[in-house]
Amino acid sequence: MEKRSKRYVQVVVRFSEDGKLRPLVVELDDAHHYKIDKILDVRRAACQSVGGVGDRYTCLIRGQESYLWLEKGRWFVAKKEAGA
Amino acid sequence: MVRKILHIDCNCFYASVEAQRHPELRDKPLAVCGSVEDRHGIVLTANYLAKPRGVKTGMAVWQAKQACPELVVLPPDMPEYIRFSKMAREIYEDYSDQIEPFGLDENWVDVTGSAGVRGDAMAIAQEIRERVRFELGITVSIGVANNKVTAKLGSDYRKPDAITRIERDNYKEIVYPLPVEDLLYVGPATRRKLHGMGIFTIGELAETPLDILTSRFGKIGRMLAIFAQGNDLSPVKHAGHQAVAKSIGNSATPPRDLVSEDDVWMMLLLLSESVAQRMREAGARCTMVELSVRSAKLETFTRQQKLKGPTCASLEIARAAFALFRKSYSWGVPVRSIGVRGAGLEPAGQPEQLSLFADDSRRGKWEQIDKTVDQLRARYGYASIRRAAMQADPLFGRINPKDDHIVHPVGFFCG
Repeated sequence: MEKRSKRYVQVVVRFSEDGKLRPLVVELDDAHHYKIDKILDVRRAACQSVGGVGDRYTCLIRGQESYLWLEKGRWFVAKKEAGA
Repeated sequence: MVRKILHIDCNCFYASVEAQRHPELRDKPLAVCGSVEDRHGIVLTANYLAKPRGVKTGMAVWQAKQACPELVVLPPDMPEYIRFSKMAREIYEDYSDQIEPFGLDENWVDVTGSAGVRGDAMAIAQEIRERVRFELGITVSIGVANNKVTAKLGSDYRKPDAITRIERDNYKEIVYPLPVEDLLYVGPATRRKLHGMGIFTIGELAETPLDILTSRFGKIGRMLAIFAQGNDLSPVKHAGHQAVAKSIGNSATPPRDLVSEDDVWMMLLLLSESVAQRMREAGARCTMVELSVRSAKLETFTRQQKLKGPTCASLEIARAAFALFRKSYSWGVPVRSIGVRGAGLEPAGQPEQLSLFADDSRRGKWEQIDKTVDQLRARYGYASIRRAAMQADPLFGRINPKDDHIVHPVGFFCG
């Protein structure tokens, strides 16, 4: 299995009038900002690869599906480790 | 109607939560242990890799490390375990409003009503098991039966990550050969007595004539027979059901033994504050204060004292407990642990018999001060305001008796 690490990330979020939140942009670092084109699914899930439990957003980013997790108020991704 | 009751047990709960969030530890023997520095250095939970190596709950950390030198020891993170416990409960709430917790990691769920709608009890158990694994990343074992006691036997029967159905058709086959101590409420003392009577299995207990059991155990004898026969009728309590407390207490083993009256006074203040605060939260006042003391030689005694009037003021409770202590402790050896309990609870709003002579107005003032302290702590944290007496020893100042021990054990029958 490829190696992954838990990476907390900065996320731009929009709150609607009725209190729903939607993540808009994932900012890995200054140079890498990823616009989320669509949220395909939201559910509570355990992250098997790097650990953690929270709301899992299945995001469509540049045609690719990837998971973004919200756990205890912080966002994280399971990032592929360099060289893996 | 035949009830459908699940008993759901989160396997090695604390250790499983830790393994979930530390994937690198999943293939290592793991134990969650209290802090050695604070003298709570015992194994709270061990995982399935540590248990066969001889690591057992309740063992001292050094013993566990002797049994299993590569054991990974982690400190407990109660807020995280409580978060997981709540999330598990949220899953159960999709299937029933009758959910009764038994500690943080066990629940009874009565699915009689939803069994027709969501598939039979076995299908519901299967779904819950899969959901907990997917949503929480931990495993559960589930017992399915027509009563709470048998359901619990079922969840213990095969673990981890398994479902066992025990109903009339297979009851004798599964339950009868089990050792009698597997039954709820058969502890070491009852087990010894039963063994003395030649009763070693649940089946033997179930077949023992009732009059023999009642003559030996009294009322409990009837209960044991009912449990062993799988005829327990106690209901699974509804969600949000709060048992009415008969008393509220707290005890602690401080980081070092207590060697002077000043030490004892400090601990009593600390404990009384938490007891008084919990009484205020429950909207109750106590009419009796109970003190329990355990010496460094592990001798224990309990004394109680009726108060002049009902109170939830921490200073008044602490003073009563301290007076009891001075009357009854002779200081042969230091004190290991100490506890304060408020008993004879009355609802706080109740009209109060005022005394002709005692100074009742001051009691009201003390309660006001306590309430203000509650509010400050709710907003700014426990450490934001403390009694100056607590600063005498920084070791003691660190203890937060109210929130450090959130799990209050609940009996099967209470409430």
